[in-house]
Amino acid sequence: MGLFAKIKEGLKKTKETISYRLNKLFTGGVLNDEFYDELEETLIVSDIGSEATERILEDLREVVDEKHIRDVSKVRDELAVIIENILDSAEKPEYSYPLVIMISGVNGVGKTTTIGKLAHKFVAEKKSVTIAAADTFRAAAAEQLTVWADRAGVRIIKQGEGADPAAVVYDAIASVKSKKTDVLLIDTAGRLHNKANLMNELNKIARVVEREMPEALFLNYLVIDATTGQNGVSQADLFNESTDLDGIILTKLDGTAKGGIVLAITEELQIPVVYVGVGEGIDDLIDFNSRDFAMALMSE
Amino acid sequence: MALFGNLSDRLNHIFSKIKARGKLSELEIKQAMREIRIALLEADVSFSVVKDFIAKVSEKAVGEEILKSLTPGQQVVKIVNESLIELMGGTLSKLEVDSKPPTVIMMVGLQGAGKTTMCGKLAYMLKKQGKKPMLAACDIYRPAAINQLQVVGKRAGVEVFEKGTQKPHKTASEAVKYAESKGYDTVIIDTAGRLHINEELMNELDDIKKAVKPIEILLTVDAMIGQDAVTVAQKFNERLEVTGVILTKLDGDTRGGAALSIKAVTGKPIKLCGVGEKLEDLEPFYPDRMASRILGMGDVLTLIDKAQNAVNEEELKKMEQRIKENRFTLNDFLIQFESISKMGNINDLINMIPGMNGKRINANDFDEKRLTYYKAIIQSMTPYEREHPEIIKSSRRVRIAKGSGTTVQDVNKLLKQFDQAKDMMKMMKGGKNKRFRLPF
Repeated sequence: MGLFAKIKEGLKKTKETISYRLNKLFTGGVLNDEFYDELEETLIVSDIGSEATERILEDLREVVDEKHIRDVSKVRDELAVIIENILDSAEKPEYSYPLVIMISGVNGVGKTTTIGKLAHKFVAEKKSVTIAAADTFRAAAAEQLTVWADRAGVRIIKQGEGADPAAVVYDAIASVKSKKTDVLLIDTAGRLHNKANLMNELNKIARVVEREMPEALFLNYLVIDATTGQNGVSQADLFNESTDLDGIILTKLDGTAKGGIVLAITEELQIPVVYVGVGEGIDDLIDFNSRDFAMALMSE
Repeated sequence: MALFGNLSDRLNHIFSKIKARGKLSELEIKQAMREIRIALLEADVSFSVVKDFIAKVSEKAVGEEILKSLTPGQQVVKIVNESLIELMGGTLSKLEVDSKPPTVIMMVGLQGAGKTTMCGKLAYMLKKQGKKPMLAACDIYRPAAINQLQVVGKRAGVEVFEKGTQKPHKTASEAVKYAESKGYDTVIIDTAGRLHINEELMNELDDIKKAVKPIEILLTVDAMIGQDAVTVAQKFNERLEVTGVILTKLDGDTRGGAALSIKAVTGKPIKLCGVGEKLEDLEPFYPDRMASRILGMGDVLTLIDKAQNAVNEEELKKMEQRIKENRFTLNDFLIQFESISKMGNINDLINMIPGMNGKRINANDFDEKRLTYYKAIIQSMTPYEREHPEIIKSSRRVRIAKGSGTTVQDVNKLLKQFDQAKDMMKMMKGGKNKRFRLPF
């Protein structure tokens, strides 16, 4: 049997057994090496990463030893606590108004959709919202955002394709000031974090906000796609370097991906997860809850 | 990156230990395999694929063949690398062409994978190859998706067929008929991004497939995807029997282990890679290069390709001669800058150099804009000044700065860099390395 065929067969087997095994894992069986091996697989398959997984399991073994836990079903609770603690180690920002939120991220993570949902969320809280369409690069980005602005019933400030994003933001701020809007949401073009010139552009937008609206609370949120693998840490690291990040929005959690990468990000960079996106509807953005997230990581 | 140490550093470290010794023990192989396992997992290769891969490679490595060889370390690298290449499909895989035109290509994938952008790139590539492609807009859900495809089509100079939000399979059939009547030989169908577990939307793709019988169903996957790649690829393949895969956003710093997982789980070849924001940023998929990338050994072959395309051999020979004779001038410097610009984004190039990837390099050192300034500065000099930079004193510097729209400091910086480069060349000349190299 060739290497390829062998791996394919192995995968099929894994797929069939994984959900059965997970249920079995926490309901019966003994606390042996095999148990920890299977737990390791569960965590790695959630994109937590091999090193963070190793550390989490070390902590878990310690707690299990200390508390003399014999019952496998109690291990799940301990593991959840460890994961929760990591996620809660970074504090979520508290809102005050006027509020400016800039949304950034690599291409295709769902920034524009997230802006639409965020706008809707603030409107539901009786806040007035303006959106700045500072993605002037991608074809038809402003049109897409306009549809979302209409759905949420908020104002949008835009210029033509290829316009300077900082200039769009400048215009939006002028409008926000004259209309005394509570919240300004800034949509930015998707960019890969290793392109220095594009990252500088984000920094330029941030400077415009800080200069023109010093009285506002200015927050930078990075959008991360839940399907993202280990590259997510590099994304957060480099975006954080160019504009200090205040939070992460984890999108597309309604698929089969678990989004475990945020654990590694929070652990290393102390950036909290603020919201999660769970669908394509305008209501599908919910506040992040570390307990729920931890439990979801361990379930199938 | 404290948390996830650099892949190539780690492997280099293990193998340097192995290389330094004559023979391998089973224990050492086990250690190396442990590191390779971590490395592959950090590259986002699927857990199960890694498991089987390591088992297979260990088997090969522990064999007599290795123990008796003179350079066991190199052989381990070779085995790992070859196994990766084998797993990813060996050789280059091309797009199929239907014997009865039009050839129908259907693009499918998750939201945000980059399907619409890829449609434009694909159309542009086919057009450049002398084909007559047409695009069909079948994403009726995402706001402004049709609009986006129209813009992309316009940039590529390709007609876009759209029927608003009518049922996608109807639009697809009409598009194919339209293409026949207009003499287009290829129809590329853009579909909405969807989750592989959304039954309703997966059925919709099936309907399109039945309606137009595409010869290629290409699954578009974001190269940054993690462990979920396996599930996604499996589901799409089960439902639609995809014919190939396109990896997008490979110009990022992701190791792209998903390439391995997807091939392993579907058995379908990766046909193309998206490597940038521009229409021409589309490349064939080379399994051997991808293997090096996943292993963190750099993408030297692509780098060499780019260099060969950008550098004029004759100019290079002349320059080499001048360096030998210590007659390197600002004109040569200008030629170098131009060659570098032609090769594309400098930071991407740096990532292709073995040992350089993952390591952050001060962005200012390689600022593209500075390259443009430098070119402008040299272009503002007289031919005599370019050949004899030593005569450029203060008043000439002011004039050059004005002429190039830069400052005297910029001019000074350039001249200083030139001096340093010249010094470096002198040193190189003395060394064993006769082949000309860029002084960066």
